[in-house]
Amino acid sequence: MLRILQQIFRTGVVTEPLSDEVETEVVLVGARLEEAIRRRFSRSLVIREVDSGSCNGCELEIIAMNNPVYNSERFGIHFTASPRFADMLLVTGPVSLNMEIALKRTYDATPDPKLVVAVGDCGCNGGIFGESYATLGGVGAVIPVDAYIPGCPPTPVDLLNGILTVIDGRRT
Amino acid sequence: MSKLREIITTHFGIDAVYCVGLSPAFVPEFRIQRERFEEAASMMKRVGARLVAEWAVDETLLGRSFAVYACYAADKEYLLAACDVPLNDPTFPSLTKKYVPAFRFERQIHSLMGLTPSGHAHSDLRPWIKFEDWPPDAWPLRKTFDASRRLPRVAGEYRWARVSGEGVYEIPVGPVHAGIIEPGHFRFQAAGENILNLEERLGYTHKGIEKRFESLSWADGTRLAGRVSGDSTVAHALAYCRAVEGICGCEPPPRAHWLRALLLERERIANHLGDIAAIANDAAFAFLLYQFARLKETILRTNKRLFGNRYLKDRIVPGGIAVDLPLEGADLIRAELDGLLKEFERLLTIYDLSPSLEDRLRTTGILSPELARDLGTVGFVARASGQALDCRIQAPFLPYDQIPPSMVVLDSCDVHARAWVRIEEIRDSARLIREFLLKIPSGELRVPLLPPGPDRSGFSVVEGWRGEIVYWVQSGLSGDINRCMIRDPSSVNWLGLEQAVLGNIVPDFPLCNKSFNQSYSGNDL
Repeated sequence: MLRILQQIFRTGVVTEPLSDEVETEVVLVGARLEEAIRRRFSRSLVIREVDSGSCNGCELEIIAMNNPVYNSERFGIHFTASPRFADMLLVTGPVSLNMEIALKRTYDATPDPKLVVAVGDCGCNGGIFGESYATLGGVGAVIPVDAYIPGCPPTPVDLLNGILTVIDGRRT
Repeated sequence: MSKLREIITTHFGIDAVYCVGLSPAFVPEFRIQRERFEEAASMMKRVGARLVAEWAVDETLLGRSFAVYACYAADKEYLLAACDVPLNDPTFPSLTKKYVPAFRFERQIHSLMGLTPSGHAHSDLRPWIKFEDWPPDAWPLRKTFDASRRLPRVAGEYRWARVSGEGVYEIPVGPVHAGIIEPGHFRFQAAGENILNLEERLGYTHKGIEKRFESLSWADGTRLAGRVSGDSTVAHALAYCRAVEGICGCEPPPRAHWLRALLLERERIANHLGDIAAIANDAAFAFLLYQFARLKETILRTNKRLFGNRYLKDRIVPGGIAVDLPLEGADLIRAELDGLLKEFERLLTIYDLSPSLEDRLRTTGILSPELARDLGTVGFVARASGQALDCRIQAPFLPYDQIPPSMVVLDSCDVHARAWVRIEEIRDSARLIREFLLKIPSGELRVPLLPPGPDRSGFSVVEGWRGEIVYWVQSGLSGDINRCMIRDPSSVNWLGLEQAVLGNIVPDFPLCNKSFNQSYSGNDL
């Protein structure tokens, strides 16, 4: 136990500050996010992440959003296991034929009002996989999408920025 | 050194046609008659070779028919045995009686190429990757299939394995399941807390990748290979490029080989750190999740700073490498590793001295050495169950032939072993990287890639962080891509998870699953 405490104190708070321009980015985006989430979502924006056929690259960065460096929880962003608790679906793509029905059901299970954000180049337009017998293209081909976060994969800062854009009601 | 080859040539004589032109030369390919396809498997089985992969090819555009290929490996040797399958009788002898994992390969061949395995009374012909709501005659890997056409949905039902008896109940999980994770379906039958049976059903992320390759140029294929499984982007791109360089007769400059290995080891460290973090978290030890996740982030940031991409995507290209190590790079990496390993060792002491963690990880999710071998598992899953398999050692290329990795094999076969193998591999990868940095030669980064001749094939194996990745590519008559076969380690290791959870309690499934952490996308293609 002593070792754990020592390690915790030795590590300190690693959550930003960072040394370069990324720092200002995270801090600026974070402050605006926190403000917008307080105003519109009573301090808590709950997200269900849905992989509708991705290569898992986008998932890595969405997981990284929760690591202690970005620590998106501090801005009021929470990830949930059930779409029934979600305010927002964060959907990666391309939507595969085999995930089409599950994605629609997840969308229907999410209570209104809800937001859908398509993540990654594939989520936006099908990316390198395009449309084929096995893929239907971007998320927008299957469910209504409110905002897009391109990138392969988008970085945690891109993701925070994209989420801010949609809840702030301003488009980039 | 060429035991398998000798067995085939002595046993089959002139009936086994040696196919010249396959590159690299160390992987001989034999054509044998269809009736004797299973016979070859039993010869291989007898000398302890494992079945690496089994796949089908539509060779009609090459003036032939269908063909089924089986790849075997023993020690340092790989061998391909193929048989022709006529168009008017699309059946082939099943290898399932000899090799258990063949049943999954054959389900896939049956689903996607429309060739039927025969000779096995209990052949599992349920669709795999393909779903029951596809038209049954939709065989995407056939040349006559129009890949741009949207498939109509038809009515169909999947026959699940059933377990019945007093108090037995079923838990369906997924495809949209807990956490930030890829989609898959798991069907448990349990009595009380104990798992009696687990059936996986994968294919949700099937994107038609193998078919897509056939419409791309050899150069463009690299980007697609880098997106087969995002967490293994370096390993997949490297495996693809090595297969393509083999078929095209292209030899990348030495500096490129060394830098590629550097990226491969960095990918290994990053993913292993993330997985150990996640295993600790699934045992409710969040402290280590955050600590290891922090270390992983430092690797990603150095990647971004030195190579321009956090995951090193699209850095490896056919003929070499797209990015150089900057002048200050070696010092930066050394400093990063020094800091990281110091922290890492300190955290390991905590990991090692935590009885609560030990209680959850030890003796949980045991995959016996016999099963690990019979199921054909590879990578850290196999090494945690006593199997000495690492193709950086068994099929080494520059620089692994000069600076060999040390193989870590454990025999407790549990979640702890699968975590600890990775802990040792982080240490070893750090050592490899330090030694690479001392020896990376200067020089060119890339040579041009010339198109291959018609009707040739190339083969490669690369040890990604999950294990052995296999690519087999074949050129068409105009030197285009006729077929690109991918076997991610997940295709075989998922079989191990089904067995490892038996007798465990349902709440330990996430822990077992995380300790395997196989790719859904790499399996579904």
